[in-house]
Amino acid sequence: MRLPLRYFAFALAACLCFALVTPPTAAAKNLKVVTTLTDLASLTQEVGGDKVDVEALAKGYQDPHFVDPKPSFLLKLRHADLLILVGLDLEIGWLPPLITQSGNGNVQPSAPGYLDASQFAEILEIPQGAVTRAEGDVHPLGNPHYWLDPDNGRRIAKGIASKLIEMDPTDRAYFQQREQDFEKRLAEADKKWQAQMGPYRGRKIVTYHRSWPNFAKHFGLDVIGYIEPRPGIPPTPSHTIELVNLMKRENVKIELIEPYFDVKTPESIARMTGGKVVVMMPSVGGKPEITDYFKLFDYDIAILTQAFQQTQ
Amino acid sequence: MRPLQILVGGMLLLTCAATAQQAAAPAGSNDVSALEQKIRDLEDRLVMLEGQVRQLKAQGPQPPLQNATAPSAAPVTQAQVPTSQEAVLSTPSAADNVRLGGAGGAAAKALNPDISVIGDFIAGAGHNPLNPTPSFQMHESEVGLQAIIDPYARADFFISFGENGVNLEEGYITFTALPAGFVAKAGKMRAAFGKVNTLHNHVLPWVDRPLVSKNLVGGEDGIDDAGASFEHILPAPGKWFLDFTGQVFRGDSADIYTSSNKNDVSVVGHLRGYRDLTDNSNLDLGVSYSRGHNLFGTDFTTNLYGIDATYHWKPLRRSIYKSFIGRSEFIWRQQNQPSLLACQIISCPLNTAAGFQRAFGFYASGDFQFARRWFLGARVDRSDRAFDSHINDKGGSLVLTYWPSEFAQIRGQYRFTRYADKFDANEAFIQLQFALGAHGAHPF
Repeated sequence: MRLPLRYFAFALAACLCFALVTPPTAAAKNLKVVTTLTDLASLTQEVGGDKVDVEALAKGYQDPHFVDPKPSFLLKLRHADLLILVGLDLEIGWLPPLITQSGNGNVQPSAPGYLDASQFAEILEIPQGAVTRAEGDVHPLGNPHYWLDPDNGRRIAKGIASKLIEMDPTDRAYFQQREQDFEKRLAEADKKWQAQMGPYRGRKIVTYHRSWPNFAKHFGLDVIGYIEPRPGIPPTPSHTIELVNLMKRENVKIELIEPYFDVKTPESIARMTGGKVVVMMPSVGGKPEITDYFKLFDYDIAILTQAFQQTQ
Repeated sequence: MRPLQILVGGMLLLTCAATAQQAAAPAGSNDVSALEQKIRDLEDRLVMLEGQVRQLKAQGPQPPLQNATAPSAAPVTQAQVPTSQEAVLSTPSAADNVRLGGAGGAAAKALNPDISVIGDFIAGAGHNPLNPTPSFQMHESEVGLQAIIDPYARADFFISFGENGVNLEEGYITFTALPAGFVAKAGKMRAAFGKVNTLHNHVLPWVDRPLVSKNLVGGEDGIDDAGASFEHILPAPGKWFLDFTGQVFRGDSADIYTSSNKNDVSVVGHLRGYRDLTDNSNLDLGVSYSRGHNLFGTDFTTNLYGIDATYHWKPLRRSIYKSFIGRSEFIWRQQNQPSLLACQIISCPLNTAAGFQRAFGFYASGDFQFARRWFLGARVDRSDRAFDSHINDKGGSLVLTYWPSEFAQIRGQYRFTRYADKFDANEAFIQLQFALGAHGAHPF
């Protein structure tokens, strides 16, 4: 204690020891990509193929607003070449401390390995004028659930392909070819989805949270109300009564909710209105059979069209 | 204005191209598909330009590009025509001289740190013969200022305003891009000793801190000192996460450490082991050690040893409605004190037992979330006194917490304490906490 220099020398030696015992990053050929959500992981896999190793942090059935920044995530982030996030403050409650603690300079904000996918997407519900928390947990930069629009899926894939090419120029042709192939398959799938949803274009629906504006816009649905009185605020009796009256007045029968919300209030609304609660999956992996971005829309559109048929 | 010009240009491009294509499009289905594809591409370009505009607006005006290989102090003359990229990134107001603090004017506003204030109001009732609390107190107003400094570091300041004064609770720089995966901090910070010592008041699951924190680890302030910290993730078997933090401080922390001269530094070491048991549960274990000089002078040291364990259960599908956290810390404090003889020569605090003191304390608590905004918790406390370990205090608490929203919290706590096996205290507290602004998330 009397000789701090000795302690500094000890600390330095300890640091060197740790550095030595830590296995150096293998000179792996593949780019290591970590995404916050499974949807971005799926899009990255589509474009990156076998030239990338992709892992997502949150699970597909988890509320992406409330993810615990677990230390086990640091093990994934620590050696990542590229971090892809949704942005628009969706991950603000859990991602920043992980990035700081990761000790990985590649994925720090503004570093080349930090990619905010929102820059490639069409963003809806950007608040105009002053934003206050009296409006609930509002996202000041716009609605972050933008990946639920196949057009945005295509744009994000394009953006990811550009980033992969920038980081691995030798595989430019491979990434370009995969991105074009994905775009083609997505266009074909979208034609099928549009055909399935065609009879229901213009239908009015309500949703629990403001998670579906991009989905609704793409497939021509009209969201007229929300089960939450304000974003992030649980349903209140007075708001529920207002919503029931609105649904009866507008003859709305469909309530879209995410798997992580309580179905109690939506089901009581459905009983009062003769409607139906449809638990849609907002992300890849929400169900075991939803293994990629295509299957996400296959699943959601199948259960939604079925619900429309049942409530006609 | 440059981003807007890009946007307008993009829109014009889109309109012109779409019009031209429509005019020229023959009736063939292949051509229609090609036209649709072209329009889609142009839409994508427009959306991308909008995204770039959003990002540029969010970032604010950028400083002029620096040529790292051949820096030039010469000002840009009118004859020098900037490239389009330079033009986008340059601002007329940006000075050529680099100075600490960065750009001024509009840029300063855009680059302001995240600012937050967290209010902590406590109302108390009941009787406590040894540590009475006021009936009402604005216990703390914590102002947070947090921002990324540059590509290599970020800074966090937490200034605590009490009713009687101001305290820099924490203020440190974190180097986030060091080689070999190290994370370093320098400044004033809460030491990585155990769990509770690292937590700010507003993230505690109780109104107060456990007895062991008060008696053995410096109370509310805890080990909170100026110094440097290094953290590194260690290789670990299986699915374990292992992390070591080593810290060196000046050696002044509450009643634990007192630095009589520059050489009287204190040190803290913390080894953390973490494992996901399932997707829904995990176990977090820690071992801590700290050593420094105490208030009796440079020849007297205090050693702290701690172990902590935390179990989390949070079903991911229902995580916003149900969760449980069980936590416990065991802390030992060894303190060198002057002998009785020495106390006749130097001044010793009242009731100080002479000689070597070994004190022990612990707490164990559980917090169960039973609804989206409701939590019920309980805590058991026991701790010896640091300066006379023959005396110990015991207690227990019941806690009920309600969150009206993510940004406010109402908490009620009943606390029973038996001091020195003689004096009983029965108290009830109501706490209101409320957050303004963008307060950065805390580590897990």
